[in-house]
Amino acid sequence: MMKEMTYAEAIRDGMRLEMKRDPNVYIWGEDVGKFGGCFGVTAGLVDEFPGQVIDTPISETAIVGAAVGAAAAGLRPIAEIMFVDFMGVCLDELFNQAAKMHYMFGGKAKIPMVLRTPCGGGMGAAAQHSQSMEAWFTHIPGVKTVMPSTPADAKGLMAAAVRDNNPVMYIEHKQLLGIKGDVPEGEFIIPLGKADIKKEGSDVTIVAWSWMVHKALAAAEALAQEGINAEVLDPRTLVPLDTESILKSVGKTGKLVIVHEAVKIGGYGGEIAAMVAEEGLDLLDAPIKRVAMPYTPIPFSPALESCVIPSEEKIIAAVKSLF
Amino acid sequence: MELKKEKLLGFYETMMTIRAFESKAVELFADNQLPGFVHLYLGEEAVATGVCASLTNKDYITSTHRGHGHLIAKGGKVDLMMAELFGKATGYCKGKGGSMHIADVELGILGANGIVGAGQPISVGAAFACKYKKTDSVAVCFFGDAASNRGTFHEALNMATIWNLPVVFICENNLYGISNCQRDHMKVTDVADRASAYGIPGVVVDGNDVIAVYEAAAEAIERARRGDGPSLVECKTWRWRGHFEGDPGAYKDPEEQAAWLKKDPIPRFEQKLVELKYATKSELEEIKAKVEKQIDAAILFSQNSPYPNPEDALTDVYAE
Ligand SMILES: Cc1ncc(C[n+]2csc(CCOP(=O)(O)OP(=O)(O)O)c2C)c(N)n1
Ligand SMILES: [Mg+2]
Repeated sequence: MMKEMTYAEAIRDGMRLEMKRDPNVYIWGEDVGKFGGCFGVTAGLVDEFPGQVIDTPISETAIVGAAVGAAAAGLRPIAEIMFVDFMGVCLDELFNQAAKMHYMFGGKAKIPMVLRTPCGGGMGAAAQHSQSMEAWFTHIPGVKTVMPSTPADAKGLMAAAVRDNNPVMYIEHKQLLGIKGDVPEGEFIIPLGKADIKKEGSDVTIVAWSWMVHKALAAAEALAQEGINAEVLDPRTLVPLDTESILKSVGKTGKLVIVHEAVKIGGYGGEIAAMVAEEGLDLLDAPIKRVAMPYTPIPFSPALESCVIPSEEKIIAAVKSLF
Repeated sequence: MELKKEKLLGFYETMMTIRAFESKAVELFADNQLPGFVHLYLGEEAVATGVCASLTNKDYITSTHRGHGHLIAKGGKVDLMMAELFGKATGYCKGKGGSMHIADVELGILGANGIVGAGQPISVGAAFACKYKKTDSVAVCFFGDAASNRGTFHEALNMATIWNLPVVFICENNLYGISNCQRDHMKVTDVADRASAYGIPGVVVDGNDVIAVYEAAAEAIERARRGDGPSLVECKTWRWRGHFEGDPGAYKDPEEQAAWLKKDPIPRFEQKLVELKYATKSELEEIKAKVEKQIDAAILFSQNSPYPNPEDALTDVYAE
């Protein structure tokens, strides 16, 4: 049975079912209780799961660090960091602790934790509340990185993230929290590392994730009017990456445009481009294009912010440059 | 402490300017004229005013996400501030920063900050520079009750004390960090108690009494200036509004809110000024009218200012 839900509701539904199934799953973070989270994602959960949803002080280092300890001691924390931009405050806890314990201890410790955090711009929140930092996390062996673009993906990937025995960065997009879509009711799991073709096409592959999937879909619709049939592929998880699906799509279309909101230099688009160049150069009949944020912090003024965030128009222009 | 009329009326003008600026920001935000997040200082005016009264342009402050009051009290220009809130090219940061990142480095304002607790070590660094260069300048760090739970707070205090730096930590205890009440986010009642862990003075003052704030801060700042090291001053106050505009603040106890509104720092101070014959009611009215006019002019200036050009988004990434 399907049910229409917002992306935020779908994340919540995913967490709720996991908490119900396994009492070792719990949530903590700033204002996640009564307040329901800064963006309302955990609304109501504290009433349904008293003692399993915990407000913390403003102590990100300890929120993540203690989640690592709790996970090592047998719990399955879902820790919320209010904005991905605040990850700088608790990065060691992720990259030197959570990510490495399993390996350093010779495979003996497990750190099954989910770090939920919203990313992205478009709300005039300026340079410290609008970033897309996913490439950082993909550069840390031991961490998985999930970035859902639809309500159904949000729910299914949450279940998989919670059940995974590794630290998982679960990055939501602020612009997507209110979008609606059909979501399977009850237990629903999307395995990590499986891309999804959001629109089939034959002329060009557009790889995009998170908010950019929606911009890519809008661009694809406009391109169709001009006779270009674009395929939109959403990897859904960056690590593990479904390289096979990407190569298969590029094999079909011969052209690749990668779209992400994060800064282009050092962005994950470079990794995907390199992967395709290494493993499928002969599949391409045109250069790979990337559409991404220029090399700048995110400006506050909507007049500027709207110019730096990749737009439908920029995606269309990039695609057309290949024909 | 004997205070001159001029100084007291200066306090009054500063508090009224903050009040007028913030009250207008409420309306402008509700009218969709201000993008992004806006955290208001309504009800807390006495803190910034009382503290900054002992600072000069050579002294530094670090501010917070709730920074408008600090900036005004430190001499920030309301037209440039307002234009920044609007995201206009004429704003303090050319529209790149917004409410949470306003700075005026020439006035020693090292910026509002979007990262809670980030100002604490920055103030320590500024104080280190003051001492290193053998100036008699000081740094003042404003931060909230909930920000004293960040690791930065503890690292900053410890470093400031071992090096005996000229820095004063001003805790604005408005009893909340977003929805989280102080009694739920820390065990101690007074953040000032945390000073003893670092071997420095920690005092508590009524943050809604501008003279009490002034006196406590003046002493701490004087101490820092003479080279006697850091201290912590905790000002007990109350955030009138939700955490940011748009937050109805449903988690607050309405009775507590009503009780605090009665402790509004401005009428309390007005009453004192009039009773002690420092000013007549009409003198105060005049000041009020003057600052309201200033804020109206700032709004008009902002509304009439252009937005930045798209290519400006790519400049200022690196210094020349
Ligand atoms: C490192 C970090 N964590 C969380 C936040 C989100 N946040 C912004 S303000 C705030 C509450 C701050 O409370 P307090 O320090 O008491 O200041 P107040 O808002 O009461 O003035 C929180 C949690 C942030 N901006 N930075
Ligand atoms: Mg507070």
